[in-house]
Amino acid sequence: MSDHEYTPKSKVGKWFNDRLPLLTLANHLTDYPTPKNLNYWWTFGGILTFCLITQIVTGLVLAMHYIAHADMAFDSVEHIMRDVNYGWLIRYIHANGASMFFLAVYIHIFRSLFYGSYKSPREIIWIIGIIIYLLMMAAAFMGYVLPWGQMSFWGATVITNLFSAIPLVGEGIVTWLWGGYSVDNPTLTRFFTLHYLIPFLILGLVVLHIWALHVPGNNNPVGIDIKKPSKDTVPFHPYIVIKDGFALLMFMIVFAFFVFYTPNILGHADNYIEANPLVTPAHIVPEWYLLPFYAILRSVPDKLLGVVAMLSAILILAALPWLDTSKIRSAVFRPLYKQFYWILVADVLILGYVGAMPAEGLYLLIARVATAYYFLHFLVILPVLGLKEKSLPLPLSITEPILGGSPNLSTAKNRESLKN
Amino acid sequence: MSEKKTNRRDFLFTATYAVGAVGAGAVIWPMIDQMNPDASVKALASTEVDVSSVNPGKTITVLWRGKPVFIRRRTEDEIAEARSVKLEELKHPETDEDRAKNPEWLVMLGVCTHLGCVPLDQKGDYNGWFCPCHGSHYDISGRIRKGPAPTNMEIPEYEFVDANTIKIG
Ligand code: HEM
Ligand code: FES
Repeated sequence: MSDHEYTPKSKVGKWFNDRLPLLTLANHLTDYPTPKNLNYWWTFGGILTFCLITQIVTGLVLAMHYIAHADMAFDSVEHIMRDVNYGWLIRYIHANGASMFFLAVYIHIFRSLFYGSYKSPREIIWIIGIIIYLLMMAAAFMGYVLPWGQMSFWGATVITNLFSAIPLVGEGIVTWLWGGYSVDNPTLTRFFTLHYLIPFLILGLVVLHIWALHVPGNNNPVGIDIKKPSKDTVPFHPYIVIKDGFALLMFMIVFAFFVFYTPNILGHADNYIEANPLVTPAHIVPEWYLLPFYAILRSVPDKLLGVVAMLSAILILAALPWLDTSKIRSAVFRPLYKQFYWILVADVLILGYVGAMPAEGLYLLIARVATAYYFLHFLVILPVLGLKEKSLPLPLSITEPILGGSPNLSTAKNRESLKN
Repeated sequence: MSEKKTNRRDFLFTATYAVGAVGAGAVIWPMIDQMNPDASVKALASTEVDVSSVNPGKTITVLWRGKPVFIRRRTEDEIAEARSVKLEELKHPETDEDRAKNPEWLVMLGVCTHLGCVPLDQKGDYNGWFCPCHGSHYDISGRIRKGPAPTNMEIPEYEFVDANTIKIG
């Protein structure tokens, strides 16, 4: 929060700002004091905003050519690919954009896990983030249904059927979601409506997310509060804008690589076969970004419990600020947590891998162990660790390690031995 | 506070909120119910299928209410196998006699009761159906034997209109 009162220089600006303080807002955003030690893991917020805007713009254009009808959807997507000027480009950006969006959000989430960004006073930022993540999954799932290929149809069938696990009312809910007795035209039209709506809900939540962020300000790699704004921070513009911009360019190179060189590698060939309610593809797998949760679902042999485990795996994240009992934010100063953090990263990657494999034999066993470990991490390791772990001494300020070298473990240790 | 008598204003508040709640409910329900199957979807209630060309040991799949229905003409061996299974061995105990009134014809929804995929014919550990999605094995009576599916494949309402025609629904 900028502490000074802002007055526009020009008379017109002042006149306008007295009536609608947009310029005050713009000034707050440019002057916004940012910890000067932010590293590149902090650039993913900006990258995510870019992804959302990209999806909205390309999505609006696709919606001008797409026809949400079970008999025409598949052909209309092919029409976009072959007939519409630059249709292929727009569709490939949109389809790969969804993957890029998830890539960025996973990095953003794991950044928060490493640096303890979910801890007090940033719990609300974190929870809004989890809601955004849930909405992203809903948007991507429903978007994937729209081309009405085999994966669209069977993905929709399997995911909507998850609700049938709910005792008593489950079947009724599924029929209600479908608007019929199977996934069919009524399902497609409502999914299109929701797919169109959700990104705008996300946009609204992003505003809240950033608003909540601008109350305490950014966390930072050493995870301590700002002691002296004049020393520890730099204004958002131009410092962070340039850094974010550079990272965004790097990200766009990766994005463009997928769009132009391997536009279908992240999708499934089966989705170029039109939906057929009589035949399920031999291997149905969700998009890569949902695989870890899919693995958790399949690792539980009971239908209801499988669904409960999958949902809890996501919702448990919302309780994270209270499950992690340590007051130290950054993993840099938590030698044990740091190791468990990397085990968790490996665990989630393993879950993603087995989620793509058939659920049998060794894969199933690995999936079960990894699922158990996932919950163990959040429910047992984190609460206990916070109470038992002996953390390293924190630097006195954000500036101190910058002047004295890097804030990593060995420096901190050296410093400690020097003091003694 | 406890001494306070109900006055006209309290009454008006309560009455306004009550009417408001009823009004909100009356608006919300149609918004929810419009998503349920509409009249045209419900109208497609039954299908007649000619099964004269189905040989023993073969299954045909027909579409009913957007869902596949398996119609299998079972062989003598298959019937014997289906009827020899003891109820204790089943996760969802149902006799084959109850599932196939006419033992030669098994008519059931070809929908895996786990998450709705279409199981494959003559596959799996029990010579019946196997669902590739998450690995559910069904026997030759369509009963769940192994895997995550909780119940047997469902038997729809059907009847033989004549010797060669089955009416489903
Ligand atoms: C959160 C943002 C969004 C995400 C993650 C997302 C994701 C997706 C995905 C994964 C697909 C399937 C791509 C394919 O395989 O063909 C898709 C298709 C589609 N989306 Fe989006 N989308 C988003 C925003 C939007 C918006 C705002 C609109 C409309 C205003 C839109 C309109 C469409 C249309 C018309 C299709 C069907 C054409 C096609 O399949 O390429 N999307 N979306
Ligand atoms: S849908 Fe058949 S096993 Fe999951």
